[in-house]
Amino acid sequence: MSLIEASAVSKIYRSGDVEFYALRDISLTIDTREFVAFVGPSGSGKSTLLNLIGCLDHPSSGRLTVMGTDVAALDRKASAHFRGENLGFVFQEFNLVPVLSAYENVEYPLLMVRGWAPEKRHAQVMKLLDAVGMAAQAHKRPDQLSGGQKQRVAVARALVSEPKLVLADEPTANLDHETAHKVIALMKQMRDDYGTTFVFSTHDPKIMQAAERTLMLEDGRLVKEVQA
Amino acid sequence: MIAVLRLSARNLMRYHRRTLLTAGLITLGVLAMLLFVSAAGSFKQVMIGQITDSLLGHMEVHRRGYVASVDNLPLNLNLSPQLISKVKAELDSEPAIAAYSVRLKLGAMFSNFNETTSIRLNGIDPVAEDAAAPGLRTRIIEGGRDGPLLAPGELLIPELLARGMKVKIGDSVVLVATNREGSVNGKNFKVRGVLEPVTGPGGRDAYLHTDDARELLRMDEAEAMEIVIRLKDLGKLDKVMASLGARLEQLTNPQGRPVLELHDWKGLSPFANIASMIDLMTLFIRVMLVAIVLTSVMNVMLMAVYERIREIGTLAAIGTPPSRILGLYVGEGLLLGLLGAIVGVALSAAVVGLLNLYPLQFPFGRQMITLHPTLSAGEMLSVALLVVGMAVIASLQPAWRASRMDPIQALRHV
Repeated sequence: MSLIEASAVSKIYRSGDVEFYALRDISLTIDTREFVAFVGPSGSGKSTLLNLIGCLDHPSSGRLTVMGTDVAALDRKASAHFRGENLGFVFQEFNLVPVLSAYENVEYPLLMVRGWAPEKRHAQVMKLLDAVGMAAQAHKRPDQLSGGQKQRVAVARALVSEPKLVLADEPTANLDHETAHKVIALMKQMRDDYGTTFVFSTHDPKIMQAAERTLMLEDGRLVKEVQA
Repeated sequence: MIAVLRLSARNLMRYHRRTLLTAGLITLGVLAMLLFVSAAGSFKQVMIGQITDSLLGHMEVHRRGYVASVDNLPLNLNLSPQLISKVKAELDSEPAIAAYSVRLKLGAMFSNFNETTSIRLNGIDPVAEDAAAPGLRTRIIEGGRDGPLLAPGELLIPELLARGMKVKIGDSVVLVATNREGSVNGKNFKVRGVLEPVTGPGGRDAYLHTDDARELLRMDEAEAMEIVIRLKDLGKLDKVMASLGARLEQLTNPQGRPVLELHDWKGLSPFANIASMIDLMTLFIRVMLVAIVLTSVMNVMLMAVYERIREIGTLAAIGTPPSRILGLYVGEGLLLGLLGAIVGVALSAAVVGLLNLYPLQFPFGRQMITLHPTLSAGEMLSVALLVVGMAVIASLQPAWRASRMDPIQALRHV
């Protein structure tokens, strides 16, 4: 069984009597340890598809399963629980909690979501901060870090609870090219080290070359698939 | 739980000026509330103590109908010696009663040989009166407070009368009274002391020995108008009122109707209404405090939620359960309330301590009232709990909004 299975998935947004198809009949499978990029211009449906896979939203039609779980069957509480247990997220604007240090931001999912014991938590947080090269900056707050450093912390936060799948929505959009490549390289390294599946979206042609498999979206449709 | 509160505290300190301003507002509310409660409580205690200790006692027994016409000091609503004996038997069997004093009240004319005026008099047994109304002695402002309250042939007169009639200690004066049958009698007295006036009925009455009062009224038997009762513990007033009232109801006339009435000090003094007003004002101030806490905390929490929508979206997206997001914001309200309450209570205790070191004095009628405000642990705790409870309630709605936020909408928020 694949990690992600989408079958004729559509997402329709309604505004009064007007319907807008954000996704149309998307069918795809993504397996464990894959490093996949959704690419396409703005409004092509990349973020919508990531949101559906991340159990942040429900498909309007079709069937989408993530790790064998039907996303449409999850209510708000169950979705939160599923995300906390199985998924990691990296955001375009890093989205670190500003009042927490780098260490505390990485610790957050283990403390507030998973409830790990203190010793185990500390060891895991330091392991991840070390892995992303941020151990020396552990005590710094987000406003004391550069964009690249923030995204490294965000990657560590996404991976700290050892999820099977990490979803990254435009993780390099706010970074310069050099830093962006470093972040993508880091994600790939993490995939290799932890066996985590990475699915990210980008519209940057240079970044999409780093992906091992590229799924191109246009007007909500999956138009092309490129295997590196 | 501790982790949630720790993060709540961090979030509060993120906007430390706003947090300090809101906590300061709550502190001011708590301070105003507790200072009012302690000062008003002290004023009430001083007044009630004065009224009960030096004037009314805690309870009084009269013949039925006497209190309604007490302004006229009627001489035909007396307690007969037999009735007094029965009442005394009931009072002696009540362990909660500390002392009682039998009074013979009358109206008379007071003359200093140059001028004459009317006067209200209480005929008392000095020893019994001293035990039932120990504060009477403290009202003697001229003539010395030591020794017996008064001896036969002596008078304690109110200050206003002494000043108005230019009467001094040791002066001879004459009292002329008309008895029940209309017979007029006069007797010479020596002024033993001058009494400070107090608020309430009888606050400007004079005192003489009960034997003199009986002689003045040509009364053959030891009749009286009222029996003043002092309890060992004023807190048991209602309980004793109920039990003693029921027993005195058993004393009936030949027609089977009760002949006596029992009143507590509240039923005899108009100050009881002022005390009720003070309690009502305390309630209003409590309501204002609740309003201050509710509006200030809710305002701050609504702003906190609005300003952190993306952050809420992030926390929700990475799997934070809605209940924990709710807890984060309720925790902020709780900590705001706690901060305001603790500082407010501590400041109030300090100010009350200072007011005891340097007591406030102010005139009340012709009296000088000295306030010694106190704050009970129960009062401080109840105000602190009220504030914290209201702060939590005020944060519930914003916290609920935060916990119900759609993560996608929240993440898109600019």
